[in-house]
Amino acid sequence: MLKKLKQHQFLFSELVKRDFARKYKRTILGMAWSILAPLMNLIIMWLVFSNFFGNNVNHYVVYLFAGQLVFSYFTDATNLGMNSLVGNAGIFTKVNVPKYLFLFSQNVSSLINFGLTLLIFFTFVAIDGIPFTWLFLLLIYPTVCLVVFNLGIGLVLSALFVFFRDMQYLWGILTQLIMWMSAIFYTIDSYNPMVQNLFLLNPIYLYIRYFRKIVIDGVIPTPQFHLLAAAYALIAFGVGAWMYKKYNHEFLYYV
Amino acid sequence: MKTMIKAEHVTIGYKIGDFKDIGLKEWVMRHLKRQYHVESFLAVRDVSFELMEGDMLGIIGANGAGKSTLLKAVIGVMEPREGHIERGGNISALLELASGFDGDLTVKENAYLRGAMLGYTRDFMDRTYDQILDFSELWDFADRPFKQLSTGMQSRLAFSIASLVQPEILILDEVLSVGDGAFQEKSAAKMREIISGGAATVLVSHSLSQIRELCNKVLWLHKGAQVAFGETQPLCDQYEAFLAGKLSIEEAGRA
Repeated sequence: MLKKLKQHQFLFSELVKRDFARKYKRTILGMAWSILAPLMNLIIMWLVFSNFFGNNVNHYVVYLFAGQLVFSYFTDATNLGMNSLVGNAGIFTKVNVPKYLFLFSQNVSSLINFGLTLLIFFTFVAIDGIPFTWLFLLLIYPTVCLVVFNLGIGLVLSALFVFFRDMQYLWGILTQLIMWMSAIFYTIDSYNPMVQNLFLLNPIYLYIRYFRKIVIDGVIPTPQFHLLAAAYALIAFGVGAWMYKKYNHEFLYYV
Repeated sequence: MKTMIKAEHVTIGYKIGDFKDIGLKEWVMRHLKRQYHVESFLAVRDVSFELMEGDMLGIIGANGAGKSTLLKAVIGVMEPREGHIERGGNISALLELASGFDGDLTVKENAYLRGAMLGYTRDFMDRTYDQILDFSELWDFADRPFKQLSTGMQSRLAFSIASLVQPEILILDEVLSVGDGAFQEKSAAKMREIISGGAATVLVSHSLSQIRELCNKVLWLHKGAQVAFGETQPLCDQYEAFLAGKLSIEEAGRA
């Protein structure tokens, strides 16, 4: 796959350019907007919830932002990615190109968004008086896991969307559910340990927690935690890759 | 002489039925009611042909004969259900003209994107881009969005890219009838140049005079089955007789 990616490097970069031109309509404001939207969301959540949770949680703004950061990257990448096969049907039914390139190029703009939001996140961290330590370098780990996880879910969704055109609505409902179960604005401390462990079944919660542990608590998660984070990413990617391989020549019949 | 395309007993199937554009809910309901019918439809059955360097193959047959489906298998977008196709070089295909172009991108961006899809490098496109614009006579429109071009201009660009990137195999589906008289003249000349350069070309056209003029081999398909493969002039004579109702398909196959 990597060899093929190299071979199609030029196509990949042209697709990325195209997706950028489409998404932002060549305006700086378009780009600013895609960062502003999650920021506004953050401010609203902070206004609403800081009264309820602000007193019990250290660095509540950073706590909230960490959740929002991971979750908005997840929804952005998967919602955009879902359309990457159907939206490019005009191309892959006429030219023989690896179909996953469309999803990968689509994810680049989401990743750049995430990067920019991450910079703003660090600004908030600094303003909130949290010292930067070498531990922050470990954030690369959950970021890589998250990228792979989002790619995997994107592969699965884009394939499903070819077969079932109501996936968009179903996925909208599912992401709502995931949002509520990711403890973005609340803490799970008041639940008993049994229920707290159930939260770890949610990959998005796991990645958010990794960010919070490093940035707010200043501790390195356990090795098991690391394994679980990687396992979620690899399983999602594996399922997605398998679907693309299996249905590679079937997609054509459905578009 | 090198064999460029070799198709042996190729059979290509489509899935047809009421599975398109349905959602997950609908899909589940139909399965529960046992109303989910998907049938396999063989669009091309047991077709064999061989193309050497410098050959130009014309594919003739009425609508629904399987011409476009066969081309899709030749370029690798579809997989034959039985038999196999060997290709001896890189393929440049023009199926349904303006497909795969993006209306919001400029002419230049589209040219690069198309070049990338055909498997060329950025260096190569940098070198070829000027020639493409020269040939398509679109210099005045280079930085305009593609959607502002007229249909004729769009197909001129498509043809210019496909033919100027020096393909070893060129596939053309009903595209030589594009543009005004002068451009048709120019594109026919370009085609002869490509063929004399050793490329193999496949042309689908409803214009028999065009096929007689350009092609040295003809493949005649009828409702997915191969009627004949051979020399241009006698086959075109038979096809004309068949169209005029003077010859039945059975007789044509035998002759």
